[in-house]
Amino acid sequence: MTTIEQNIDTILIPILEKVSDPEIPVLSIMDMGVVRKAVIENNIVKVQITPTYSGCPAMDVIGDDIKAALKAAGYNSEIELILAPAWTTDWITPRGRKALEDYGIAAPLNAEADKSVLLEGKKMVKCPQCGSTNTRLVSQFGSTACKAQFQCDDCQEPFDYFKCLK
Amino acid sequence: MKNETLYKYILGIADNSLILGQRLGELTGHGPSLETDIACTNMSLDLFGQVRSYFQYAAKIAGDDRTEDTIAMLRKERDYVNVLLVEQPNRNFAYTMARQFLFDVYHLLFLQELQKSKDLTLAAIANKSIKEVRYHLRFSSDWVKRLGDGTTESHQKMQDAMDGLWTYTDELFHQTEADKAMVHEGIGVDVTALKETYYKKVNEILSEATLEIPESKYFQKGGKQGIHTEYMGYLLAELQYMQRAYPNMEW
Repeated sequence: MTTIEQNIDTILIPILEKVSDPEIPVLSIMDMGVVRKAVIENNIVKVQITPTYSGCPAMDVIGDDIKAALKAAGYNSEIELILAPAWTTDWITPRGRKALEDYGIAAPLNAEADKSVLLEGKKMVKCPQCGSTNTRLVSQFGSTACKAQFQCDDCQEPFDYFKCLK
Repeated sequence: MKNETLYKYILGIADNSLILGQRLGELTGHGPSLETDIACTNMSLDLFGQVRSYFQYAAKIAGDDRTEDTIAMLRKERDYVNVLLVEQPNRNFAYTMARQFLFDVYHLLFLQELQKSKDLTLAAIANKSIKEVRYHLRFSSDWVKRLGDGTTESHQKMQDAMDGLWTYTDELFHQTEADKAMVHEGIGVDVTALKETYYKKVNEILSEATLEIPESKYFQKGGKQGIHTEYMGYLLAELQYMQRAYPNMEW
């Protein structure tokens, strides 16, 4: 966990927790780990966010949503997109992982397990519907850049798996 | 401009991703199956995302009215400095995957080195991009093996694609003047040093895919100097259409 670099004023946390990822509405951007800094300096909130994937089209929307949420709470803000340190799925909080599962997206495995399910067809990803690990990879790329497509061979439901990014 | 060489150097990196991203994007809704269609457009999106980071940085260095959009959309053909490999047309899925694979192997090796750049912005972009490119390489290697070691027909198509594209691989390792200057400053990557590892890795996968290693007596070059193949004009016509028809649109 590299959460040490996070620097967020306690007072701002409840506001930021209300902003969600537009592609995964159940997941707050705080649980996603994309907010790296939010501090009040001279009455302006300076926010730093980091993209999950370089081409993630949600980033511009997230920036606008943060601005709007802070404005509603009475703060003006400046949003800065930073690339280093690069985002990793390790930054998704336990609560975020649970929100993903509840929403029907399998949470990322560790890097080694991720490799064996995506490359060697190992059955390790747990179906978010029935909990079975009798699942198989349908496609390494899914509905968004961060996900792969799986299908459960027990309940037959197709589902997304959030790929490990390290 | 304060640092023209660095600007040129960034374009040399970014144009490869831009043009390859455009080629992959052409498959939106046209991929051979839903999964491969989504995969190609996902990879395209990753590449465009990387390009945005590079061009935003380039625009900052230029320090004039250039923006990420004008750099991407409003240059003339001779001003694009991508390698010839990435502009080659899709033809069929074997070609698309062979082109992807031949670039991905290079891309990964290149980014590994760029992470060590003294220029912290470039190092950060490389560090971010490399995670995505690992997935690209997994995907394209997988398809080279599946088609190469598949049916007689798929094998033949992949072999033809490799034979056809091989002539464009050597250019990846040619140094431009900007390259040399940036390597000297500890900012750039010495691409000549990647060549041996590149062919070793490529040959490993080709052997696993039961493909013949192509032989080429002559290698094509010119992209890095802005001298492109006949396919580039058509590609740019499509890439630039919106910006030329409706000036000042933003990404």
